[in-house]
Amino acid sequence: MNSGNFTAQVDATFMFILIVSLILMAGITFSMIYFLFRYHHTKNQKPKDIHGNMWLELLWTVIPTILVLVMFYYGMVGYEKMETIPEDAMKVESTGRMWGWQFNYENGIQTDTLYVPKGKAVHLYLNSTDVIHSFYIPGLKAKKDVVPGMTNEMWFATDEIKAYDVFCAEYCGDRHAYMLTKIVSMPPAEFDAWYQSNAKTEENTEESTAAVDGE
Amino acid sequence: MASRAIVDANEHQEPIYLDYRGRYDGILGWILSTDHKRIGLMYLAALVVFFLAAMTLGFFMRLEQWTVGQTIVDAKTYNTLFTVHGVIMVFLVVVPGIPATLGNFFLPLQLGAKDVSFPRLNLTSWYLYMIGALIIFLALFTSGGLPDTGWTFYAPYNIRTTTNIPLAVFGVFILGFSSILTGLNFVTTMHQLRAPGMSWFRMPLFCWGLYATGWIQVLATPVLGITMLLVLVEKTMSIGVFDPSLGGDPILYQHLFWIYSHPAVYIMILPAMGIISEIMPTFARRTIFGYKAIAYSSLAIALAGSLVWGHHMFTSGQSYTANVLFSLLTFLVGIPTAIKVLNWVATLYRGAIRIEPPLLYALSFIFLFSIGGFTGLMQGVLNVDVHLHDTYFVVAHFHYVMFGGTVMGLFAGLHYWFPKMFGKMYEKSWANISWALQLIGFNMLYFTMLVMGYNGMPRRYYDHLIEFNAGHQLATVGSWVLIAGILIMFANLLHGLLKGEEADDNPWGGTTLEWSIKGLPPLENFDEIPEVTQGPYDHNPEPEVVK
Repeated sequence: MNSGNFTAQVDATFMFILIVSLILMAGITFSMIYFLFRYHHTKNQKPKDIHGNMWLELLWTVIPTILVLVMFYYGMVGYEKMETIPEDAMKVESTGRMWGWQFNYENGIQTDTLYVPKGKAVHLYLNSTDVIHSFYIPGLKAKKDVVPGMTNEMWFATDEIKAYDVFCAEYCGDRHAYMLTKIVSMPPAEFDAWYQSNAKTEENTEESTAAVDGE
Repeated sequence: MASRAIVDANEHQEPIYLDYRGRYDGILGWILSTDHKRIGLMYLAALVVFFLAAMTLGFFMRLEQWTVGQTIVDAKTYNTLFTVHGVIMVFLVVVPGIPATLGNFFLPLQLGAKDVSFPRLNLTSWYLYMIGALIIFLALFTSGGLPDTGWTFYAPYNIRTTTNIPLAVFGVFILGFSSILTGLNFVTTMHQLRAPGMSWFRMPLFCWGLYATGWIQVLATPVLGITMLLVLVEKTMSIGVFDPSLGGDPILYQHLFWIYSHPAVYIMILPAMGIISEIMPTFARRTIFGYKAIAYSSLAIALAGSLVWGHHMFTSGQSYTANVLFSLLTFLVGIPTAIKVLNWVATLYRGAIRIEPPLLYALSFIFLFSIGGFTGLMQGVLNVDVHLHDTYFVVAHFHYVMFGGTVMGLFAGLHYWFPKMFGKMYEKSWANISWALQLIGFNMLYFTMLVMGYNGMPRRYYDHLIEFNAGHQLATVGSWVLIAGILIMFANLLHGLLKGEEADDNPWGGTTLEWSIKGLPPLENFDEIPEVTQGPYDHNPEPEVVK
C-alpha cells in the first residue's frame, strides 16, 4: 500500500485543473479585451450579425466535455485511494464533542492528542456525542465528517516527524474555532515505547502525554 | 415628476406608471398596486435595504478577522454575524433578487404584454416576501437571541442551540411561497402572454433565463418548505426526524436541504446570465452569437443542476457510489455553462462596441463568474473537494458565483435598464469608478480567500492561526475597497434618480421591445400590442442599417 499522505495526489489533480483553468481564463479575458479594442465602434463601423457557427459551437461543447471528464476521472481515482483503508492499519477510535477531541487506542490508552508512528496507516473510527463535527488534517489533505448516530471511517499515514494541525471543519457552535488538536507523528520505535508503557490506566496516560509534549 | 407627467400624458394613451392615479393615492397607490412595474420597484427598494444591511454585517465579520483572537466582537456574536449575513443575503437578496426586481419590471415589457398573467398573485408574492422578512427580523430580536447556526441550519445543531431558530425557519418557509408563486406566475406569463409573432425563439434571453428559473422555483422550493416544516415539528414537538438522539438522521437533513439549495444556486444565476445575454449584443450592436445554444443551455443547467445536490456532502459519509455519481453529474453542469460564456465572448466579435457602464459590469460578470466556475470544477473533483470542503475556498467560490455572478449581473441590469425605469441617467464617470473599485476590492477579498482555503483555513472560524493572519488582513482591506465601490455606485444611482439628466428613449440602442416604448412605460406598457417580426437582437437586418 502506498503513502497515506494524499497531498501529492490532491496537489497534482488540483494543478491539472488549475493549469487548464488558467489557460481558458487567459483565453477568455484576452479575447474580451482584444475584441473591445479591435471592434470598438470607432474602429469598426459596420457590425455584422453573426448568428452562430455550428462547428465552433460544437468545438466548445466537445472540448469542455472531454476536459471535465478527465478531471472527474482523476478525482475518482484519488478518492478511491482515500476510501480504501489498508487492512493492517492501526485502529483508533476518535470522538468529537463540543468542543474537543478524544482518542481511544486499542490497548485502552486515552488521549486528546493523536500520537501515531510515522509512516504507519492509521484507521480512524469517527463518532460524535452531540452535533456534527469534521475531522480535518489540512497537512495531509484528509477530511471526514463526524456525525452523531453513525460511525464514519477515514485513514491517513504521516510521512514526516512533526505535529500536524487538526481542525474541526463543520460548524459546531461557540468554540468551533478552538476545536483544534494535533497529530504527533513519532519515530516508530519511540511510539512503540510510549504505546507499550502506557497501556490501560488513565493516570498513566496523563503523565505520558505530558512527557511527550515536553519533548 | 409632475412636469414629465404632462409631457408623457400627451405621448401615451395612459399615464406613465409612476404617475397614474388608481383607486388609491400616495403610499397606498404603491402597496396596493398590482402593476408589475411598481411591484418590481417595491421589491427593489426592500432588496437594496436588505443588501446594505447584510453587507454591513459582512464588513464587521471581515474586521473581526483583522487580528488573532478577539478584535471587535466575541465568538457568539461572530457566529450570529455570519449566520444573519448568510440568511439575509441568500434568502432575502440573491434568491428573490433578479426575478423579483428586474424580472417583474421587464418580463412583461420584453414579451410585449400588459402585465404578468396573475397581477394580484404577484402582489401577494410581494406581501409574502415582506412578511417572511419581517418574521426573520423578529427572530433576531426575540427570546433566545440571534440565530447562530449558519445559513444552512444544519441538524442537529439547529435543534440544540438555544437561539430562536423556529421563528427564523418559519420565515424562510414563508419566503419559499413567495418564490413558488413568482415562478408560477412568470412561467404562465411566458406561455400565455407573448406578443403576436413572438415565437419561443424570438423571446429575449433574459426571459429564457427567467423561464428556466421559474420551473426550478416551482419544483424545488417545496422541498425547502417541507424541510423547514420538519425542523419546526422536530424542534417544537420533539419528534425525531433529523436529531439522532431522538432517532433521526442528520444526513437526511443535508439531503433535503441541498435538494432545494443547490438548484437555488441556479435560481440565482440563470436570470443574471439572462441579463448578460441582453447587454452583450446591445453594446456590440450585433446579434447574439448562438442564441439557441444559450436558450437551451439555460434549460440544461436547470435540469442537470437539480441532480447534483450530493456534491455538498462528499465528506459526510455518504456512500462511495453516490459520491462518484454526484461528482460526474456536477461536471455535466459545467458544459452548458462553458457554452454560455464562450458565446458571450464571441458576441463581441465583429461588433461595433460601445464601452458603457452596463457593458463593464457585464464583462466583470463574465470574468468573476468564470473564476467561480473554474473553482467549482476544482470542488467537483472528489479527492480535491475532500481537502477543500468547508474551507475558505468554498466561501470564496460561492461569492465568486453569487456575488461576482448574480449580484454583478443585478448591478449590470440596473445600469442597463435604469433609464427605462426612471427616465433619468446616472453619471457614467462615477459608474465607471465604482465598477473599477468593486472589481479590485472583490478580487483582493475573495481571491485571497481562495488561497487561504487551499492552505486549509476552515470556514465559520471566529479565530485563526497566526500563519493565516496576513491573508486575513489583505482580505479585510479588500472588503473596504469593495464596499467603497458599492456605496459610490448606490450614491450615484440615487443621485441619478433624484437629479439625473433626462434619459433618451433608447440610450444604448437596444432592440428588445422595452426599448421601443417612448419615454417611461405607461400603465399598461404598450399603447398598442406590438407585432414581432424578427429575432430579439437583430441589430443589422438586411439591408444593413448602422446607427
